[in-house]
Amino acid sequence: MSAVATPGGQVDESRILAIVARHRHQDGPLIEILHDVQASFGCVPPGAVPVLARALNLSRAEVHGVVTFYHHFRTRPPGRQVLQVCRAESCQAAGGRALEQHVQKRLGVGFGETTPDGRVTLEAVYCLGLCACSPAAKLDDEVHGRVTPERLDALLDAETGVKS
Amino acid sequence: MSVTVWVPRDAGALALGAEATAKRLVAEARAAGAEIKVRRNGSRGLYWLEPLVEVECAEGRIAYGPVTERDVPELIAKGLLKGAAHPLRLGKIEEHPWFASQQRLTFARVGRIDPFDLVAYRASGGYAGLARAIELGPDATVNEVLESGLRGRGGAAFPTGIKWQTVLRQPPGQKYITCNADEGDSGTYSDRMLMEGDPFSLIEGMTIAGVAVGATKGYVYLRIEYPHAYKVLNGAIAAAREAGLLGADLLGSGKAFDLEVRLGAGAYICGEETSMLESLEGRRGEIRVRPPLPAEKGLFGAPTVVNNVITLATVPTILANGAAAYKEYGQAKSRGTLPLQLAGNIRRGGLVERAFGLTVRELLEDYGGGSMSGRPIRAVQIGGPLGAYLPASQFDTPLEYEALSGLGALLGHGGVVAFDDTVDMLEMARYAMEFCAIESCGKCTPCRIGSVRGAEALAAVGRGEDRDRQLALVEELCDTMLNASLCGLGGMTPFPVQSAMKHFPEDFRPRTRGG
Repeated sequence: MSAVATPGGQVDESRILAIVARHRHQDGPLIEILHDVQASFGCVPPGAVPVLARALNLSRAEVHGVVTFYHHFRTRPPGRQVLQVCRAESCQAAGGRALEQHVQKRLGVGFGETTPDGRVTLEAVYCLGLCACSPAAKLDDEVHGRVTPERLDALLDAETGVKS
Repeated sequence: MSVTVWVPRDAGALALGAEATAKRLVAEARAAGAEIKVRRNGSRGLYWLEPLVEVECAEGRIAYGPVTERDVPELIAKGLLKGAAHPLRLGKIEEHPWFASQQRLTFARVGRIDPFDLVAYRASGGYAGLARAIELGPDATVNEVLESGLRGRGGAAFPTGIKWQTVLRQPPGQKYITCNADEGDSGTYSDRMLMEGDPFSLIEGMTIAGVAVGATKGYVYLRIEYPHAYKVLNGAIAAAREAGLLGADLLGSGKAFDLEVRLGAGAYICGEETSMLESLEGRRGEIRVRPPLPAEKGLFGAPTVVNNVITLATVPTILANGAAAYKEYGQAKSRGTLPLQLAGNIRRGGLVERAFGLTVRELLEDYGGGSMSGRPIRAVQIGGPLGAYLPASQFDTPLEYEALSGLGALLGHGGVVAFDDTVDMLEMARYAMEFCAIESCGKCTPCRIGSVRGAEALAAVGRGEDRDRQLALVEELCDTMLNASLCGLGGMTPFPVQSAMKHFPEDFRPRTRGG
């Protein structure tokens, strides 16, 4: 993940336009483009919206509307790690609610928030498709099943080398 | 001689440590001076035994499970590579009672083959369906699907053949095949397993659909929560293209079809077909008012087939073996097989593909082995967050479309989530409303506002505030949502809420005594 939008919402326009160019051959490419922008900038910086609107001949409202409709798109960069904890029924049936409480307490943040030290962004997710081994969580690209509070602590500790 | 060892790369197996097991197998075998080749497959669907390792021996593929990284040194030392005895040895999976009693048609290859291995796919009957469809021509192919009795496995259970017929009858021109792979229902994972374990069956199914209705372009709309499936699908599509099984000249027939995978962005509503089409066009996933139906005016305004992953992946076996063979499975108006998914608080969770007709109890007890916690199963939710909760008194209901709708319940995508007796059904009802509020696209008022008010009212009931009035309000909101919402999200959220209130009234009463 490379450098992010500068303060004041200015973004490197050429990087955005290069992404748009890669999707020229596709019909209805906005969401595909937003995925690439987020992969490149860590988020969809607000400054990208007018650039995309001009390049795709859409209104700023249309682009903004798409960015804000989908839970996946962020307008601010996340913490160094992203932890997704499943809140859906199958996980609730298997101890997920206790896990939700535990992780919020441990990190000291709620869902959709980042720890003040910028280490972890905690996100709610509604089904990872791992329902035969609930409760499930995803830390960055790694999926985990049958997650207990202890296992979750171990995962978070392993990443930082901290013993709790 | 090198020994072949299979370790799944299915996301569920990975979530239980399959990657570490695979690495350790290679390292320990090398240390022991043995030569092994680790191959990766999908999951057989026996998730309580994952990571499930299979060793190719003279007598066949011998399974061991669950094999964690820590078990590997001992297993290697005790002769795993020769299929030797061990407490974790399961024998051949095909002879395991949990598996042997299943009727795997759609999932015939999942867990057996390397998902990227097109040669293995074709050697096991793959692309015989497409060859037959090309030979039959559009009308006869659509008729075959119609005759099979196949109904949409995504949840709506609409006859697939009728949908295809409608698209076929539209004037020639640009048409599309779209696959709804936005499997967002909690408790369901059959689409994921299929895409990760046997992607060519989906690709072939979509290609057959294209040939049948005259569409040359297809899209798979895949949820972003399935990154493993994304990699497998794209790899398989590239291999199919390379082999001339996608592109300008399918099997030398002169017919063209190609595919693109598009990623969603975390919106449950995009599993609703018109919302999915909006999202595929790059817009907010707000639902469209029907009519026109997508079959007449769908993606980019063109006639479009919208089918679920399982529906499309079942088409090759129907074409290859004939409609009559498929129709022999099942009962009444539910023909063929259904991949059921056992989830939640369950001892033996996993995928059970059987002809329609298995009862809820048989699934929970014979396959599931009861709850994981060992406590009685008090409720099951079938069909995802919009599905009704069934109490134990209804567990003898057969898992088929009409029997469940007769109870005001639904089969949906075949996910069955078990809850033990510690579940608070008031809280589950409140959550159903909360989920609807989070995921509502906002287009219609009953869903957008009704869900927020419903969640507030049920939270108030939980706090013991003005209970009777709040519950009356919830009933009224449910009635409005049910009858006046534009799509299934608002229109079906009342199912879990009302079934919880009806079957578990004790959870909605004041709880002053005994906590």
